[in-house]
Amino acid sequence: MELPVLNAAPPAAPSGGCTSHACGSTDDQMGHLPEHIRQKVYNHPCYSEQAHHYFARMHVAVAPACNIQCNYCNRKYDCANESRPGVVSEVMSPDQAVKKVMAVAATIPQMTVLGIAGPGDPLANPERTFETFRQLSEKAPDIKLCVSTNGLTLPDCVDELAKHNIDHVTITINCVDPDVGAKIYPWIFWKNRRIRGREAAEILIAQQQMGLEMLSERGILVKVNSVMIPGVNDAHLVEVSKIVKAKGAFLHNVMPLIAEAEHGTYYGVMGQRGPTHEELQQLQDQCAGDMNMMRHCRQCRADAVGLLGEDRGQEFTLDKIEAMEIDYAAAMVKRAEVHAQIEQELSLKQQARTAQAELAALQAQSPLAASARPVLMAVATKGGGVINEHFGHAAEFLIYEASGHGVRFIGHRKTTPYCEGGDTCGDGESALDQTLRVLKGCEVVLCSKIGYEPWQPLEAAGIAPNGEHAMEAIEEAVAAVYEEMRVAGKLDLPVAEQKVA
Amino acid sequence: MAFEIIESCVNCYACEPLCPNQAIYQAQPHFLIAAEKCTECIGDYMEAQCVSICPIEGAILDEVGVPLNPPGSLTGIPPEILAGLDRQGTAAVLP
Ligand code: SF4
Ligand code: SF4
Repeated sequence: MELPVLNAAPPAAPSGGCTSHACGSTDDQMGHLPEHIRQKVYNHPCYSEQAHHYFARMHVAVAPACNIQCNYCNRKYDCANESRPGVVSEVMSPDQAVKKVMAVAATIPQMTVLGIAGPGDPLANPERTFETFRQLSEKAPDIKLCVSTNGLTLPDCVDELAKHNIDHVTITINCVDPDVGAKIYPWIFWKNRRIRGREAAEILIAQQQMGLEMLSERGILVKVNSVMIPGVNDAHLVEVSKIVKAKGAFLHNVMPLIAEAEHGTYYGVMGQRGPTHEELQQLQDQCAGDMNMMRHCRQCRADAVGLLGEDRGQEFTLDKIEAMEIDYAAAMVKRAEVHAQIEQELSLKQQARTAQAELAALQAQSPLAASARPVLMAVATKGGGVINEHFGHAAEFLIYEASGHGVRFIGHRKTTPYCEGGDTCGDGESALDQTLRVLKGCEVVLCSKIGYEPWQPLEAAGIAPNGEHAMEAIEEAVAAVYEEMRVAGKLDLPVAEQKVA
Repeated sequence: MAFEIIESCVNCYACEPLCPNQAIYQAQPHFLIAAEKCTECIGDYMEAQCVSICPIEGAILDEVGVPLNPPGSLTGIPPEILAGLDRQGTAAVLP
């Protein structure tokens, strides 16, 4: 079967494997995965850019305790790096969590995945985590379960995990070398002792790798997350990527370190910087050669409820849930109907995309086209795969790369919407300045509409504003603009000097 | 002979299940140790269990009121810098 478009697979890449230049095609990237795993990934809100807009997932905070310390985490607050709510968030009992999940699932039929990600490490709270899973497997069998862990106690939990309706397990693996690990983890709690330094990292790494192998053996999907910490593990992550793939992880998601002094984390306070967009993209490219990367991860807040970009958490506070009467049997029927509809819609879109990809592949055969330099373009969208967001309202831009090989999705970049930013947002940087900085490296920004004011600064920064493709499909519009640039001779010139730092 | 949990405890539950004497209990505004039950883990473990897992420097005190995990001992952030942060309140004002 053709694997439907995933983010890591260039959307317009040739669909027939290695028949053209783009050898990083879908078949190669997912080639190591069995069919049933590809199917699982296809409609998953966390992995498929398409499904992201149709299905939703939610998290419940039932697991407050942790058994390790990471240098990018401050246990007092929400963790910016692992989309883990902080301990200040309301911790629920397993019973409360189950009730909340069923209430949300009955109200929002698109909710298909329930995750436990914290506030601590779910597997450091095995009773609470597994009680939640046990009840949900029984009462709401149409909800898939997922869990994130640092891996320390994973080997002990694999048998229990295998009993439930587990969709996938996410392990955060930042290193496979204990000397690197010693710079990331100050201590672990292991066999009734606090262990520090290299020894701690060695144990953690061994447990993570063993857990990964055990899950793969049992056919449970494993995703690996890594936090990219410049100067600490950035170069090392290429090796991590190879190893985790060899052991059966189906996705490797490299996330940028987020470290600010005000978070009070070791890295934040000590001035460890996070990677630039360029560094992150470069590393993701290096890893993508041998593995699927999850480009569309937005490090979403783990306790958000609802579809992408919306949070309906306020409808499901504990007292409101208490008051709700849920007929889950009836809800399941309704849910199945909604899911079938969405799947039909997705598969229609998929057919259209495949046809488009084949066309693009044919066009890419031309040697002239293949020699043209790649161009990054930013797109303002509300979702649905079309250009439908006003420049000034965009809180994030999707970045695409157009080249002779076609169009591929690179990632997301967040900003403060220009129209909401007021004069400044924080450090004397205006919202527009921030957007200009975020768009660095892009030569075009596509949006449904753009005001007069930002036009000039954008052009001055070497980014051409373009509102001519409103409501068009993103990949097609990017390809069309690229073609215009080629005809205009702009692709022969080196990248225009960009003035924004 | 007993340890004490003080207000910097963030209610993470980590210590509670580890205590060999069930001396730790959930309370408002934070977890507490029942002094009459706490043995400082002597006879059960080489190291006091609550102290070994607690992620918060200064949250657990010994019987004379000295922090068992002093500033800098868990995060590695030098105490001088920590003190400066606390004065400015930087680490306290978070989104
Ligand atoms: S020191 Fe030991 S006995 Fe005392 S509260 Fe802590 S875990 Fe319990
Ligand atoms: S481990 Fe420390 S912070 Fe967590 S509940 Fe116990 S005393 Fe409080």
